[in-house]
Amino acid sequence: MTLHIRARLRRGDDFELDVDSTLPLDGVTALFGRSGCGKTTLLRVIAGLERPQDATVRFAGQSWQQGRRQFVPLHKRRIGLVFQEHSLLPHLSAKENLLYGYRRTPEALRRLHPDEVMAMLGIDDLLERRIDQLSGGQRQRFSLGRALLISPQLLLLDEPLAALDTQTKSEIMPFLSRMAAESGVPIIMVSHVPDEVERLADRVAFMHAGRIQRVESLREALARPDSPLFDDEGAASVLEGRLGCLDEGLDECPIEEGYQWFGTDDMALRVPANGYASKHAARHATGHATGHATGARPSRLRILARDVSLSLDVPHRISIQNHLPVIIERIDPPRNHRTIVACRTADQQLLLAEVTPHAVRQLALAPSQRVYALIKSVALLA
Amino acid sequence: MFSLGPAEWQAINVTFRLCLYTTLILLVLATPIAWWLAQGRNTVRTVVQAIVALPLVLPPTVLGFYLLIVLGPEGIVGETLERIGLHHLAFTFEGILIASVLYSMPFAVQPLTQAFSNLGRRPVEVASSLGAGFADRFFSVIFPLTRSGFVVAATLTFAHTLGEFGVILMLGGSIPGETKVLSVLIYDHAEAMNYEATHALSLMLLIFAFITLFVVYSINRRLVVARL
Repeated sequence: MTLHIRARLRRGDDFELDVDSTLPLDGVTALFGRSGCGKTTLLRVIAGLERPQDATVRFAGQSWQQGRRQFVPLHKRRIGLVFQEHSLLPHLSAKENLLYGYRRTPEALRRLHPDEVMAMLGIDDLLERRIDQLSGGQRQRFSLGRALLISPQLLLLDEPLAALDTQTKSEIMPFLSRMAAESGVPIIMVSHVPDEVERLADRVAFMHAGRIQRVESLREALARPDSPLFDDEGAASVLEGRLGCLDEGLDECPIEEGYQWFGTDDMALRVPANGYASKHAARHATGHATGHATGARPSRLRILARDVSLSLDVPHRISIQNHLPVIIERIDPPRNHRTIVACRTADQQLLLAEVTPHAVRQLALAPSQRVYALIKSVALLA
Repeated sequence: MFSLGPAEWQAINVTFRLCLYTTLILLVLATPIAWWLAQGRNTVRTVVQAIVALPLVLPPTVLGFYLLIVLGPEGIVGETLERIGLHHLAFTFEGILIASVLYSMPFAVQPLTQAFSNLGRRPVEVASSLGAGFADRFFSVIFPLTRSGFVVAATLTFAHTLGEFGVILMLGGSIPGETKVLSVLIYDHAEAMNYEATHALSLMLLIFAFITLFVVYSINRRLVVARL
């Protein structure tokens, strides 16, 4: 499934959107870039809310716009839209909002139904409330649910978390990632926050000054030492794996209190078990198709390169609990007296370590070398 | 106390019909115009906005005079009607109805434009994305969210039509049962020095106008009626 879009749109003297791209559309695609780079405008062109005269928009074999000759209005495109602010209709109750689109979706096209969507977003208990009795996070969950209930072909999220405080954001994040995984609807999400992209996206389209500069998988995007996704905290890697029991067939897997296992068949890390995200999600882990046979569920770990050290020997008698055998793949030239060493884990994932150029010389680090990565801290993403 | 005679009742009847029809016609006409005006700013919109607002500043006699020329037996509209076997529109109820619609246009268009601008585009975009077509969007989202704008527009239009005098005198004359509305009857009574009747009808209109404005201001304090 792909989305092809070709559009030029001038806004005033200093902004021009100029896009000619084909985006693969499974999972979550992030449109990433600074404020004012045209992300939202591009989203509005895809939705048909902006109508540049010569634009071409084609989605999965359907032509949505072909210049001036042909144009499918938004209400016939079956696109779920979620905006920055909650945008619930103020004259309707929470329930009426949720069902507004569902009632207008022909029965034959309904694939998602209120019960499952309400369970997915945890809003079953809030149906009878008035909108002004809902918190910001709850409103945004209703907006998401309302968009899902038209069983959209495509979901467009315009910085859906931007208007929420940090606490609320971390409350919603697990719902968003569950929605992305379980609804089966391709998602395009506008964001300027690296953290959101790393948590949710499978693919990133980098935008700058009205243009899409490149489209690549999240892994590729994070493998570049100068990735725009790296903010003040420097380079980071995202490991994908499962949370919970990693040995198939075991009902219990021993681990000290306050920790849980994260990993794949070839590697395992101890990660903290606290945090709203993991608690809440664990409640839903069973019974959904996404969980592994043992109850483990897919998850992501974000590891800052500066929290990873390298050792030539098997580390022992050391306070850092997480070590992984890795193979050095690449040593980047030093920047600001720091060198990024890109390593492959046993299951072929990329892990970045930040060391000093001096350490590289002293340990005589070189590509293809087997070393141990010591991981000082991790952040569980979803 | 002065009791209403048949002439008064007849004038009340004509006035009420005129106000009602004008209001209904204007709500239908003004809605799309106001919607279009609320969509942004450009030269064409500014021109239309100015044309719609003309009756606010023109002497009613000017509008009445031009309508008399256009709708009368020698005018484009009147002549055409005569040629296809109908009557021209000067000195008829239909004529003053057209005049009222034009004359009260700003009182319907301006509150609606204001209401649509306040609504913003977001609720409409949301409804579109949820599969609501044009008419569906209007009745399920736009109208419920701008209802107070419609109430204000209807009330002001009705009240303003009630107060018309100059245009009707120019175009309609003073034909009982056809074009003689309350304001014209008051004029006739005063001319005939029948002050008791003048006073009763005037007081009636005064109270009615006050109640109307009171209702409008209560509904929408934000609306700048003073600007109209």
